[in-house]
Amino acid sequence: MSDTHAQSVAFVRDTEIPPSPPPARETGAIKWVRENLFSGPMNSILTILGLLIAFWLLSGLIPWVVNGTWTGNDIRECREILQGSGGGCFAVVAERWPQLLFGFQYPDYLRWRPSLAFVLLFLAVPPMLFIMFLPRWTLALSAVYPFLAYWLIWGGTILTPIFIALAVLFGYFTFAKIEKRGFVTGLLAGIVVAAAIIWVGGLVAGEFSRFGRLEAVESRAMGGFMLNLILGIVCVSLSIPFGILLALGRQSRLPIVKGFCVVFIEFVRGVPLITLLFVANVVLAYFLPPNANFDLILRVIIMITMFSSAYIAEVIRGGLAALPKGQYEAGDSLGLDYAQSMRLIILPQAMKISIPGIVNVAVGLFKDTTLVSVISMFDLVGMIRGPILSSTDWAGVYWELWAAACILFFTVCYGISQYSQWLERQLRTDHH
Amino acid sequence: MAMTDTNPSAMTVSDEVAIEIKNMNKWYGSFHVLRDIDLTVQRGERIVICGPSGSGKSTLIRCINALEEHQQGSIIVDGTPLSSDLKNIDKIRSEVGMCFQHFNLFPHLTILENCTLAPIWVRKTPKKEAEETAMYFLEKVKIPDQANKYPGQLSGGQQQRVAIARSLCMKPRIMLFDEPTSALDPEMIKEVLDTMIQLAEEGMTMLCVTHEMGFARQVANRVIFMDAGQIVEQNEPESFFLNPQNERTKLFLSQILGH
Repeated sequence: MSDTHAQSVAFVRDTEIPPSPPPARETGAIKWVRENLFSGPMNSILTILGLLIAFWLLSGLIPWVVNGTWTGNDIRECREILQGSGGGCFAVVAERWPQLLFGFQYPDYLRWRPSLAFVLLFLAVPPMLFIMFLPRWTLALSAVYPFLAYWLIWGGTILTPIFIALAVLFGYFTFAKIEKRGFVTGLLAGIVVAAAIIWVGGLVAGEFSRFGRLEAVESRAMGGFMLNLILGIVCVSLSIPFGILLALGRQSRLPIVKGFCVVFIEFVRGVPLITLLFVANVVLAYFLPPNANFDLILRVIIMITMFSSAYIAEVIRGGLAALPKGQYEAGDSLGLDYAQSMRLIILPQAMKISIPGIVNVAVGLFKDTTLVSVISMFDLVGMIRGPILSSTDWAGVYWELWAAACILFFTVCYGISQYSQWLERQLRTDHH
Repeated sequence: MAMTDTNPSAMTVSDEVAIEIKNMNKWYGSFHVLRDIDLTVQRGERIVICGPSGSGKSTLIRCINALEEHQQGSIIVDGTPLSSDLKNIDKIRSEVGMCFQHFNLFPHLTILENCTLAPIWVRKTPKKEAEETAMYFLEKVKIPDQANKYPGQLSGGQQQRVAIARSLCMKPRIMLFDEPTSALDPEMIKEVLDTMIQLAEEGMTMLCVTHEMGFARQVANRVIFMDAGQIVEQNEPESFFLNPQNERTKLFLSQILGH
């Protein structure tokens, strides 16, 4: 070949090499197995070990699920049916299902109301999550939902949620009207108007308490997975706006605003949630007038919201910091004021960057709502630990109950996580 | 540097004063970035500011629309004094357009939305009218067909032209350019410069920080050379390039024109 070398320096191809199939051992399953599972002695050992562990786990799990029984009224009947077959006693889940979902104090003939509220949730949430594909008026469903759900779950006169809704609505309109004269003036005016409407509404609702009345259910009666969902949904939805305000406040040039936000965030992040819940449960009572009936759920919601808004604020601060300074300058140079450039330019981008972090906090927060079981509220975990496991019927049925709790939580959390990944893909604008 | 204005007698330059900077000083911490700046810009004037990096030229034009705060002296833009009064600052910013080295388009908005955002929210223009204006200016910078794309899908030169159109949609009386071509590939510089030349021909008052000396020769009425935070020399482009007086200017010109 050496004699052709001189010509091969300058080279022009005149024939095309036809494509040919790869050698047999380089394709298909065999190649994949060789490359991924048995590429070396160490890898082979790990593969075999992994298979053994998987086998060991499944050989326990599958008979437990397949041989399990869903009938039976207590653990003794369960044991008779199972006859030592190694199956699970899922009868407890079947029998106590309503309690797992609603707690043991919610009147059973009223369970349709929270169930309806839950079903309506699927009408109310999509407009917020998928607004880019839906007409704008559907957002009204989302706006009405919190008040409707409150009325369905707690009952009482419909005037109460109506007046709260009116207070929010008119408070916002006042704010929007007066905002031009200054953000703080607008905010204060909005709060004053809202408070006035709530005060009037309290009087009216007291006077006409039979109007549009559903049987009232006390907060104490809320329990089961319903309580986790209520706390999770309310606290996440409240803590995002508060988190935004805290994050912006922390960047503020006004020393008092900035100082307040920094102290608040650092304090809340520095204490465990459980201590805040104890504060909500016990300590707040000392500060309130003795006959003030300050709802326990409301206190817990305030504490969890405080807690998660501090975390969300830090996540959003990260998003704000990730934006190039040029974005702020471009907004300024076009003459947009602070509120406009935040709302139109900075926050949409910062929030997009913050989605994974916010979802992380939201999922963590939702699972943390089970901590209320420690302050003797009967959420899903509280129900299992308390009334169900300590009953004579089902004492000792741990695995099945905790597995049910895991599946319930996993379903919701996995759904949130999948949605957030979809949303991130939707919001990607760099290449379509 | 008590140099008086040596305006070339271009037809478009009027006697009306657009920007008046008197005795302006600025510090970053203890670092004195701008020293005793005196500058009067007539309406319709095209000024090119050049100088080595760190000489304060960007800082100077960023002071004019209050992206940077000056600590001493006065800046009067279009008759409005620049103080810490937010109303005045917002008024000036809506009258003064600015283009940045890195374009700073809003990546989450389409090209059209980028252009209509400020007219709708600051000028309270109806959406439809704002869109018509935006399309007019997008046509002017020759990219109307990209109106519904996102900035990330455009080339650098196209993005910078959109940035110019975005500023023009506010109908500014003065345009500031902060190294508009420095982040562009060589092939794209021309399309941006052409847009700027077109703007200059229409009589826009322009202050432009740039190293494009060809552009300076072609459109500027006045070239300002800055070094170490001071205006070292200013003159008509012809005399500035052919007959620089200050040693520092000579050195700078020999370095950038030397190859």
